[in-house]
Amino acid sequence: MSTLTLDPRPTARAAPPAVDPGAAVARARARTTPAELIGQTLSMAWRALKKMRRNPEQFFDVTFQPLLFTAMFAYIFGGAISGNVQRYLPLMIPGIVAQTVLTTCMSTGVQLREDMEKGVFDRFKALPIARIAPLAGPMVADLVRYLIAASLTFGMGIIIGYRPGGGVLGVLGAVALAIFTGWAMAWIFTWFGTIARSARAVQGYSMMVLFPLTFLSNAFVPVRTLPPALRTFVAINPVSHLVSATRDLANHGVISGQVGWTLLAALVVIAIFAPLSVRSYQRHL
Amino acid sequence: MTPTTAVHATGLMKTFGDFRAVDGIDLDVQQGEIFGVLGPNGAGKTTMLKMLATLLPIDGGRASVFGVDVAREPHRIRQLLGVTGQYASVDEDLTATENLWLFGRLQGLRSADARATARRLLEQFGLQEAANKPIAQFSGGMRRRLDLAASLITRPPLIFLDEPTTGLDPRTRGQMWDTIRGLVADGCTVLLTTQYLDEADQLADRVSVIDRGRKVAQGTPDELKTSVGNSTLQLRLAAGADQELAAQVVRRVVGLEPVLTPGSAYMNVPLDAADGAADVLIGLRQAGVRIDSVSVAQPTLDEVFLALTGHDTGEAEQADTEINDRPVLEVR
Repeated sequence: MSTLTLDPRPTARAAPPAVDPGAAVARARARTTPAELIGQTLSMAWRALKKMRRNPEQFFDVTFQPLLFTAMFAYIFGGAISGNVQRYLPLMIPGIVAQTVLTTCMSTGVQLREDMEKGVFDRFKALPIARIAPLAGPMVADLVRYLIAASLTFGMGIIIGYRPGGGVLGVLGAVALAIFTGWAMAWIFTWFGTIARSARAVQGYSMMVLFPLTFLSNAFVPVRTLPPALRTFVAINPVSHLVSATRDLANHGVISGQVGWTLLAALVVIAIFAPLSVRSYQRHL
Repeated sequence: MTPTTAVHATGLMKTFGDFRAVDGIDLDVQQGEIFGVLGPNGAGKTTMLKMLATLLPIDGGRASVFGVDVAREPHRIRQLLGVTGQYASVDEDLTATENLWLFGRLQGLRSADARATARRLLEQFGLQEAANKPIAQFSGGMRRRLDLAASLITRPPLIFLDEPTTGLDPRTRGQMWDTIRGLVADGCTVLLTTQYLDEADQLADRVSVIDRGRKVAQGTPDELKTSVGNSTLQLRLAAGADQELAAQVVRRVVGLEPVLTPGSAYMNVPLDAADGAADVLIGLRQAGVRIDSVSVAQPTLDEVFLALTGHDTGEAEQADTEINDRPVLEVR
């Protein structure tokens, strides 16, 4: 128990002007402006970054997974799939980038769910702020996590012998595309976060979606080795487009049609899942 | 509806499935007053407050705050009121200053202004020494104060307080009361919910008693207490004493019906004034009814309820401990 005392009556020095309801009513605006929305989202992102810095274990998935998976997959599958590790790396690294970014999205949803159960969300709901700001803020902060995940994967790849043919610009382009796609896909998991009963349920749903999407793609194996039915699914799987686009950028420095398809898919995901998330977040009130 | 009305609600309704949590409540809170909503757990107090604060959709009826319609203009309503809930709604992972700064920024203050406001509020609420500590290290009372401070950043003209002192120790409770009075001195209007009659008595200008989603009484705290007698004489009859005879004496002396606790020797007598106790005791002595113990207590919420609704608050266990917590007055 603190020994602090409380003086309820502000001293003359600190006394602010009396509260005026009439002026407050006149001042109150009907909705947030776009400028306010950006400010609010950035404030929420600031909060999320503070929390990340105070809970560094949140970075385990974006640091260890890229390092571990890159080395593991390269040495386990490299010989079997491509004859040797060196030849496998250009095929695999973009695959790992896509996989890591998607896994990172999952924790966006899980953390949002955990966060929504905390008391501070009651206040966010009562404040005159855009309803999307508490959802969008953490997602903006998560850009840092995608950046770490994508950079570490490429970094680890280069250490074990990956030499991207697309050069620095190609790799930067691939990283930027992966970050943007990851951010877009995170809206799916944010939606899971707003509909699920618990953080554990979010994790369950997410795994169910993530595993087929990443493994039933061209991320780790050449598509021609797959049975025809599977090949059709792989062809329409958005993760395949992301992987192909990342390969085109990183390995060849080419902005191909795959990049266009990936961006389009990302925008479609945002257009569907951002409104869904806001709606179910509001219903949670 | 007059220009001095802060909250105006008619026929407010909220249903969860078949359950009517709020069942047609009318409310009229005047600008500059402290209005208390009194009721037991589950009476619908918090649900009503949440509807008025745009945190729950209104299922039926209408509500306005300073003339602004709650259902139609929720964003404007949120700019007019500060809400402090039953559970501290601040961020556990941030410090007190960071919390207030964040809420200031979210409401459009510039960074420097948000920082200055945070400093001023922390000072006003006696939290400046804890300004940079994580909330996890705060005591319950400190959390409540920070929570209230967070509601005052933009100086809203209306403050909702949902059970502001539940779970606080008596000293912290008194401090919170002083703080709430200070808000009104500044020109705020306060709508608070409470389970404690003495809290409503201490703070509120007017009180509504809510039970099972309905308003069962409204008036000044004095009017409410008068309806159940100002205090209660609690008697424990000696073993073998005649309960029925004792009840007759009470009816004759004070003209009121005593409340007998079946199966035990306790008898409660509502009194208009504490000196009526002497008349009852003399009457019992003359009738030869022997008594083990005597005390005079202020009426409890349970008794107000019993008087107003004909049933108790349905929280026997909790009510018991509350009665024991009550200050018991000596017979004067």
